Amino acid sequence: MAAVLNTTAAVPLRVHAGLGEFVLRNPTIVLGVALLAIIGIAAVAAPLLTGDPMAISPSDRLLSPDAEHWFGTDSFGRDVFARTIQGARISLAVGLSVAVLSIIIGLVIGLVAGYYRRVDGIIMRFMDAMMAIPSILLAIALVALTKGGIGIVIIAISLPEIPRVVRLVRSVVLSTRELAFVEAAVASGSRDFKIIRRHILPSAVAPVIVQATFIIAAAMLSEAALSFLGIGVPPEIPTWGNMISAHKLYLARAPWTIFFPGAFLTVVVLAVNLLGDGLRDRLDPRLARRM
Amino acid sequence: MGSYIIRRLSSAVPVMAIVAIIVFLLLHLAPGDPAAIMAGDNPTPEAIAQIRQQLGLAEPLWRQFLLWVVNLTHGDLGQSIVWGEPVTRLIAQRAEPTISLALTTSVFAVPIALVLGIAAAAKAGTAFDRCVMGFAVLDFSIPLFVVGYVLIFLFSIKFKWLPVQGYSPIANGVGPWLRSLTLPTLALGLPYVALIARITRATMLEVLSEDYMRTARAKGVGSARLLLKHALKNAALPIVTVIGMGVGFLIGGAIVTETVFNIPGIGRLVVDGITRRDYPIIQGVTLILSGVYMLVNLLVDLSYALFDPRIRY
Repeated sequence: MAAVLNTTAAVPLRVHAGLGEFVLRNPTIVLGVALLAIIGIAAVAAPLLTGDPMAISPSDRLLSPDAEHWFGTDSFGRDVFARTIQGARISLAVGLSVAVLSIIIGLVIGLVAGYYRRVDGIIMRFMDAMMAIPSILLAIALVALTKGGIGIVIIAISLPEIPRVVRLVRSVVLSTRELAFVEAAVASGSRDFKIIRRHILPSAVAPVIVQATFIIAAAMLSEAALSFLGIGVPPEIPTWGNMISAHKLYLARAPWTIFFPGAFLTVVVLAVNLLGDGLRDRLDPRLARRM
Repeated sequence: MGSYIIRRLSSAVPVMAIVAIIVFLLLHLAPGDPAAIMAGDNPTPEAIAQIRQQLGLAEPLWRQFLLWVVNLTHGDLGQSIVWGEPVTRLIAQRAEPTISLALTTSVFAVPIALVLGIAAAAKAGTAFDRCVMGFAVLDFSIPLFVVGYVLIFLFSIKFKWLPVQGYSPIANGVGPWLRSLTLPTLALGLPYVALIARITRATMLEVLSEDYMRTARAKGVGSARLLLKHALKNAALPIVTVIGMGVGFLIGGAIVTETVFNIPGIGRLVVDGITRRDYPIIQGVTLILSGVYMLVNLLVDLSYALFDPRIRY
């Protein structure tokens, strides 16, 4: 029976004849992955590619971009290129951490809320309330009362994402549990945990993966916004938001200190969004029609 | 219809209560001593004791909560630690720029988004459609503050067409008011346009594929009439819902936009509150803006009952 169930539960990714056809059929996925791969490799190889992002050189303050400093230097004479590449590491790390954290917690709560109708009402009212608080304010309130640090920023950005995951997972559970194979499993006396894990969870995988990409994009934007407002990652760490925040007053004199980190942030978020759009069209046709 | 309204209202009340509890508990669940953090760097024990006294932190939790709720019902959100003024008064003083920005952004973004979304749906699959959708994805991906600085750099610094930053109250004339809000409205409006245009297009496409649309087409209904009367009417509800939910996005975006353009609104108030750890301000603004967001969405839901005769449950 299990073999039959598995084919209905998971949405299979069709394998195409060749790479060329895959590229033609999924231009957004390919473009997104390519952009992410380039920036990801640059981020990992940052120490080999660039000079020291923290090296201060007072005599080289606010130099415009040239052969030595591709992206110019900032108000401390630090190399903007080195700092921008370094910023990719933190931005990607925060985005991935937030996605993992909020998906795991949201998945558990969503499965419970969807499967056990008795607690559903309470959980969903609580989720509605969390969604009613504008996410940036929730994050601000959390960060403001702690000493800060990357860990708190990740938690503060994850928290508002959880209700969205819960809603998605719950809706999958609600529609799946009515299906005949779940009823059959219930009737045959399977334990709740086994039913959820083997019969319901597989249906949630595809939409959750799609959701995860959008969370990564949103999280990177949130992290940058919080850092920009001066309450994100500690200011000495070169994130894109911090770099822009620190050079607000140099916009007229040294626009490169703002535009390069801004452009990188945009390209990375765009790449993730393109990947998400492509995956959604591919994995979750029901959702794709609605968006 | 009456029972629908009552149902919707009664489901909003517990959510509002939970929001109030969350906002209250944030202060108390945060690790560490909030009084010590609020007192700033190297606080004296007296300063910490004073803040603890002022916030009533020495009382048991349930009493603090009761007191807080009782004060809330009197419209009292406590005193700002930095400015020593009632939080409600500070918020009221800063409300005009924020409300202005939200209004100009909605007036700018919603019509453009609707036109783009409907046109993209009508020409689905064409180059125009792909351009609109590409623009929407790009808009989602550019951070607000980057858009803001690019706009300032181009229009204020390079061309010197518009004021760099700041806000001119409407009492000083509508012209300067609009000029001071032009760039902030563009920066905040672009992602809002993207959000609504995407949903409008998707909903219109879904409606256009319905059987009754085919019937209408077969009857020979003209394409403009088909699109605007038959399709848009049926697509209106999800679009209105997203505009309502977008208010949450506007609120968050306003905080960043006001910081970029140095607009002394509620967003600036809360950002100043953060840097000085003025918790009553953060708590008050969070509560009020969440309330506004819930109210807007309640009104949106209630308006369904008016727009859609099918809603009778």
